[in-house]
Amino acid sequence: MSEVRAPAPPRRHLLSIADLTRADVERLLDTASGLAGSLDREVKRLPTLRGRTVVHLFYESSTRTLASFELAAKRLSADTMSLRAAGSSVDKGESLKDTALTLAAYGPDVIVVRHPAIGAAQLVAHVTDAHVVNAGDGKHQHPTQALLDLYTVREALGRLDGIHVAVVGDVLHSRVARSLVQALRLVGSSATLVGPPTLVPPELAALGCSISHDLRAIADADVVYVLRMQRERMGPGETFVPSLREYSALYGITPERVRPGQVVLHPGPMNRGVEIDPRVADSSAALVTDQVRAGLVVRMAILYDLLTVPAPVSEPARVEVA
Amino acid sequence: MLVCRNGRADSLVLEGRALDPGRGIDACLRVVVEDGIVAALEPGSDARLVLAPAFVDPHVHLRTPGREDEETLLSGTSAAAAGGFCAILAMPNTEPVVDSAAVLGSLVERARDEALVPTGFLAAITKGQRGEELTEMAELAAAGALGFTDDGLPVAAAGVLRQALRYAGLTRLPLALHCEEPTLSRGGHAHEGPVSAELGLGAIPSLAESLMVRRDLALAGLEEYPVHLMHLSARESVEALEQALAEGVPATAEVTPHHLVLTDEAVRSLDPNLKMNPPLRSEDDREALRAALRSGTISCIATDHAPHARHEKDVPFEEAPFGVTGLETAFAALYTHLVVPGLLTLETLLERMSSGPARVFGLDEPRLEVGARANLVALDLEAEWTVTEDGFRSRSANSWLLGRRLRGRVVRTIADGREVFAE
Repeated sequence: MSEVRAPAPPRRHLLSIADLTRADVERLLDTASGLAGSLDREVKRLPTLRGRTVVHLFYESSTRTLASFELAAKRLSADTMSLRAAGSSVDKGESLKDTALTLAAYGPDVIVVRHPAIGAAQLVAHVTDAHVVNAGDGKHQHPTQALLDLYTVREALGRLDGIHVAVVGDVLHSRVARSLVQALRLVGSSATLVGPPTLVPPELAALGCSISHDLRAIADADVVYVLRMQRERMGPGETFVPSLREYSALYGITPERVRPGQVVLHPGPMNRGVEIDPRVADSSAALVTDQVRAGLVVRMAILYDLLTVPAPVSEPARVEVA
Repeated sequence: MLVCRNGRADSLVLEGRALDPGRGIDACLRVVVEDGIVAALEPGSDARLVLAPAFVDPHVHLRTPGREDEETLLSGTSAAAAGGFCAILAMPNTEPVVDSAAVLGSLVERARDEALVPTGFLAAITKGQRGEELTEMAELAAAGALGFTDDGLPVAAAGVLRQALRYAGLTRLPLALHCEEPTLSRGGHAHEGPVSAELGLGAIPSLAESLMVRRDLALAGLEEYPVHLMHLSARESVEALEQALAEGVPATAEVTPHHLVLTDEAVRSLDPNLKMNPPLRSEDDREALRAALRSGTISCIATDHAPHARHEKDVPFEEAPFGVTGLETAFAALYTHLVVPGLLTLETLLERMSSGPARVFGLDEPRLEVGARANLVALDLEAEWTVTEDGFRSRSANSWLLGRRLRGRVVRTIADGREVFAE
């Protein structure tokens, strides 16, 4: 008698916003809204992912992302394990592939990976059997940040489409900006990138947004999204702005430059006095702590979705020839 | 000077559709080889295979000396034999760099023991490929160098290249140039365009190549000395070359199979086997390269076969080294993606893989001619096959074609009168 086996469902990952559909985004945000109610309960833990294992593999420093992923997994009753590059076998020269294979041997359901090199999450997805969530790979993608930003905007403005976001600062080195612009387009909103031509070069218009080098362009925006100068991603001797002083004078977000009714987001960590004036950061227009809270529920929703929803969230891109 | 290990010359008979565009041959023939020489071309009746002059690859990295874990003279020339090549030119960017007669001499000796297919060596233009002091070109030429190149790196200083063009006149050997303006390409991992912008990859603009192409052609024109432009990738470079040729500048150029087949859209997969330098560029660039290959502005196909150890490519895209292998897949890749869809004639492909590169480096053109040394390839154009990691004779498997299905297969290679590959 022959045994009939159903084919294994495709492994699902969250590697890039480019892999998502609008329906995926809306489902994830709705799930997050549903989970938000659980945060107000006295007992905050849900049994949903009991017996599942989530591994966090972090090769770059992180406060918000790692903390919220850990907490998100714990709130869903998953077992968690976090590995930071410093103090691990990575210090002894182990490659990302070998570290991923080692962790995969424990049979984790999800591997959340952050790494300074573009393509790191793709590599982990390629060499292990786990669902992989990209928690930031170099300048490429940070899809969970974009989703929590959309969640924050939807909570604040009551809708997701037709919103205009001005993204101000070091867009060139920002995975947050790349993911956010793609996500905004996906849900029918738009973005304008604002900054000096060295950090907002014309080829970034390929992301499907407009570009301005004049901060006055933020006047039309519903949301001002402020980015940090990512000096750790600039090569030695590379010059993008002559000085932070001049940058701040031209592009710093001060109270005078924010229109009443605009909301201000920042993915953190903030450099007060450089890209954002402390008076703005501490004002009611700034939704920075809302973003952090959104990060928890959105990451809970992502883990829940990857491990319980059968429809593919994302398929890695394929190579096309000729 | 081409060298390979000694062996007896073979006597054999091949039959098929004989195609030698240079000799105007397209007929069903029996090619009789006696003691390594084409002894007779007789009418034949079996045209299942195509018989053509074997291929010449002007751009191969054999990684020897220094990285024999990635390729050896034996493994690299075995791969060449399987790819239908009867001659290959090895690049000098090894460890140590081939920048002295001593290093070159020992390499030539090793090739006499190991190389399955006749192999020529290019020597460096500057010591250590540092772009500063010229190598002892006369002595290197006497030791067998077939040309000079700092491939992998540009000769960044115009004044150094000018002196090299003058001094190389003592040798009459061409300079093969890797055209890249390093201050424009620094930190780059992919072509500057929508794909690199979306992926956040450091960008290498077309101008990084074409600016240097223009400079190098201007210097070649000034010194009236032949230059060979390696692995062109950008439309602007092709246009600069066309203009220079019209002005009488003595220049030739090559293009790789991957630049002829792929565009930077392929990079979206972030597969490290799609990372090469120069990078895959746009559809428009690819079209310009194909047109230049058809017209003969670009007269050579070069694989730029660049083996890398598996652990070096099993890393995130951004951390991976540039380069892909190509010796064993060049013909099939181009037959499948250019000839089958009607973008290039088979005759032109065969010419650009054989006579074209041979002429640039002053080698005897492989040919179907009574009395000539037998340098022949037999091709099965109907064969379909899948590129797999375990199918390579090369020590490395960093091919951009892994998992792909190809049409057309090399089934037999005769190099310098000896059968070096038979399926």
